[in-house]
Amino acid sequence: MARKGDRWRELFGLIPVSLLVTAGFTAVLINRSANDAPTITYGVFFLGCCVLGSLVIRWRLPAADPWLFPLSALLAGFGLVTLYRLDEKFAAEQALYFLVGLGLMLATILWLRDIRALERYRYTIAAIGIGLLVLPRMPGIGAQVNGAFLAINLGFIQFQPAEFAKIAIVVFLASYLNDTRDVLVRGRIPQISLKHMGPLLVIWGASMLMLVFIRDLGSSLMFFGGFLAVLYVATSRISLVLVGLVMFFGGAAFFASNVGHVEDRVQTWLDPFSTERVLCPGTGTTEKYVDCQGFQIAQSLFAQADGGLFGQGFGNALIKVPGGGPLLPAAETDLIYAVITDELGLFGATGVILIYLMFAWRGFRAAIDATDGFSKLLAAGLTSVFCLQVFVIVGGVTRVIPLTGVTLPFISAGGSSILANFVLLALILIVSDRARRDRGDVQGGLV
Amino acid sequence: MNVAITRLFVLFVVLFGLLVAFTSRWTVFEADSLRENTANRRQLLEDQQIPRGIITARDGKKLAVNDRIGRDESVRYVREYPDGPLFGHAVGYSFVTQDQAGLEKFYNDQLIGEQNEFASLIDAIVGADQEGENLRTTLDPAGQRSAFQALAGRKGAIVVMEPATGRVPVMASVPKYDPNRIPEDFAKLNRETDSPLLNRVTQAGYPPGSTMKVVTAVAAIDSGEFEKTSVLNGKSPQTFSGTPLNNFGNSQFGPIDLTEALTNSVNTVWGRVGERVGKETMYEYMDRFGFNADPPMDYPRSQMRPSGVYNPRTGNLLDEDDPIDVARVAIGQERLNVTPLQMAMVASAVANDGVLMEPRLVERITRPDGRLAERIKPTRDERVMKSSTSRDVTEMMTRVVDEGSGTAAALEGIKVAGKTGTAERGDSNQAWFIAFAPVAKPKYAIAVTIERTQGTGGEEAAPLAKQVLTTLLGRGGG
Repeated sequence: MARKGDRWRELFGLIPVSLLVTAGFTAVLINRSANDAPTITYGVFFLGCCVLGSLVIRWRLPAADPWLFPLSALLAGFGLVTLYRLDEKFAAEQALYFLVGLGLMLATILWLRDIRALERYRYTIAAIGIGLLVLPRMPGIGAQVNGAFLAINLGFIQFQPAEFAKIAIVVFLASYLNDTRDVLVRGRIPQISLKHMGPLLVIWGASMLMLVFIRDLGSSLMFFGGFLAVLYVATSRISLVLVGLVMFFGGAAFFASNVGHVEDRVQTWLDPFSTERVLCPGTGTTEKYVDCQGFQIAQSLFAQADGGLFGQGFGNALIKVPGGGPLLPAAETDLIYAVITDELGLFGATGVILIYLMFAWRGFRAAIDATDGFSKLLAAGLTSVFCLQVFVIVGGVTRVIPLTGVTLPFISAGGSSILANFVLLALILIVSDRARRDRGDVQGGLV
Repeated sequence: MNVAITRLFVLFVVLFGLLVAFTSRWTVFEADSLRENTANRRQLLEDQQIPRGIITARDGKKLAVNDRIGRDESVRYVREYPDGPLFGHAVGYSFVTQDQAGLEKFYNDQLIGEQNEFASLIDAIVGADQEGENLRTTLDPAGQRSAFQALAGRKGAIVVMEPATGRVPVMASVPKYDPNRIPEDFAKLNRETDSPLLNRVTQAGYPPGSTMKVVTAVAAIDSGEFEKTSVLNGKSPQTFSGTPLNNFGNSQFGPIDLTEALTNSVNTVWGRVGERVGKETMYEYMDRFGFNADPPMDYPRSQMRPSGVYNPRTGNLLDEDDPIDVARVAIGQERLNVTPLQMAMVASAVANDGVLMEPRLVERITRPDGRLAERIKPTRDERVMKSSTSRDVTEMMTRVVDEGSGTAAALEGIKVAGKTGTAERGDSNQAWFIAFAPVAKPKYAIAVTIERTQGTGGEEAAPLAKQVLTTLLGRGGG
């Protein structure tokens, strides 16, 4: 492997990203038939920021994986274009968050000299993670979004703490399981003491609590899935994973039939097109199920059907009822994948999935290359929650699983999501740099 | 640990593959059924942002225009129908909230200017806005108005067809409805017991009564089984399929020829003719006239029904292998149900030297800039009968108006050929009259029917045909 070439590769990887951003904005503007907006400027500015980011990585993490950053920039750039197409306001906010996120990533890289420092603070980090999850239920600042408690309202900004909690919990699990894995690997399941089974039960309990308190199947699936992934990598024991899965789905099935919100989501997933007349809680009127509870997922599928193989082109999807309300509710967050599929078709959507898959490949590669247990578990765990998040939201939008509100990483509008994912990226980059340096792949620092 | 990590990666490859599979499912494999889902209003909403083409009458009078609402990105167009109910059934309506009907539905692609993928790609690149194409219909406002005046609110229908071209200048159905009121009143109109939304010209199945004898006469003479001079016994009653059949008012006739039997609409003679011609031949000629199939008209299939013998319990069409009393089919009884359009097609085929033309409501489609996009040429459906047969049957039908049951339709100075029909439905009659004129060079074929009336076709329906034909022929040297 040509170590020195890596950073150049990263820089060159950014060029197509900027071209895409420029071309995307141009396409949207052509469809708007407006010609006053400075399209090239967007691309150049975006490229400038990314080059700056790349230089810092090159200085501090010379051996880090050269693909992860361009891939993330590609997704973020793609998200910016899509958001710009939906509403300039979204894009302006998202661009700001992108800059802050980039800054946060660089700050993490500069500040966290040794990834293993995180191990020392694992209980603090765990406590912060749990605290973040509980925040949305706190009176005064908690905010209910679509029946789920996912956000806190700080007055000037809405903040989704679960996005950061997922990182904190993976850091804790990686550290904890790295210490206890020997016991978990060797012991027969009935003999593993409660002490060592502790984290499993605690996380299971936390996931169930999330179902009940936060009322969100999606995040709960994401967290528990991330936990099982780390557990599996730590122990290589499918049996533990199976026990975990049975517990999770057992609990989920119980709550699905007892917690109204979850039950509704499942019902909507199974039969969104029902024309049965029901009381619509949003409007207080009697409507067809498909026009009320089933509306979001049904409209998502209708929008995708319009996309076909090649899509209708940037800026051509119908998002709002002309002169009326939204046709695709939460198009900029939950349903952004449906917008992409409508405008770029099956091919465009598959392209996006492939970019995530490449991210996954590089993330797991970093985990494999890592030389210490904690780094391995951390990189694998972070990559897993990242991928699970993609699966939960895209799976929801395409009706593979019930639709729940999580963001599509780097693409959906949302400051918390962008910021958290840049931190996640920074942590994987740090692991990757360390791993490849340990293998003696890299000699020099910056130039 | 590395093996586990690799396996985990494989798991995500599989999960992401599942995402791609489901995306393919919605974008490709099930896209059509999603687009057809009634809850899917995307197409209609998109269409609403396109100024639909203007629909005009044959003389250029505007029948459907657009109201522009909103501006910039929320601009949308709402249909307005300047003549209200006058063209309601023929033109139909197009509203986002209530779907579409009539020509608005059938020609939707043209009216919104739907093009192939490549052309719309070019439009998208050069920034051209999609605009609809205009329709010029075959409808004649004066004829249409006279039809409604003639019906004077009585439930029924009048349809006129040009035998040589298939153009339909008049399509009137009573009760009528105002398409402008559809967005507010659709549910109410849909519930009303006298079904104003039903286009009785194409959607109502009525027993045809003796107008069916024209079909029987064509089958009898064209198949060579009979001639117009063939003589049969017209005494009443006579037994068919084990049940006695009477002439109207139980009138007695001796041995009479077919011309005489048509002029006086003698049931027993035509029942015997039908019996001898046989079910197979009767069905053969009915099929040639267009029975047992949707009419080949440029109108939504969902708003047309085939004419034929129906099983009243299942609502299904019966075919010639089912047990059918062919003698009673021959005189328009049995379980025969026909649309006024079908009977106009029967008269039209006889008038046009035996050739049936496809009925047409639109004759020209033009681009927004006025260039011709498509001229809809008259299309021959099929030759139903030999020229000689059409001449014979025309002669017989002329006698009906000259001296038989249809004298009320006679026009001053213009020969009319016609046939009356009176089908008993419980304690009231379905009155019919079909005709064409002028006999020497037929310009119009007409079918008139009135529901639940006390009089006969000759008394009730024939004068209406006269009224409409007078209007149509009265102008420009008929």
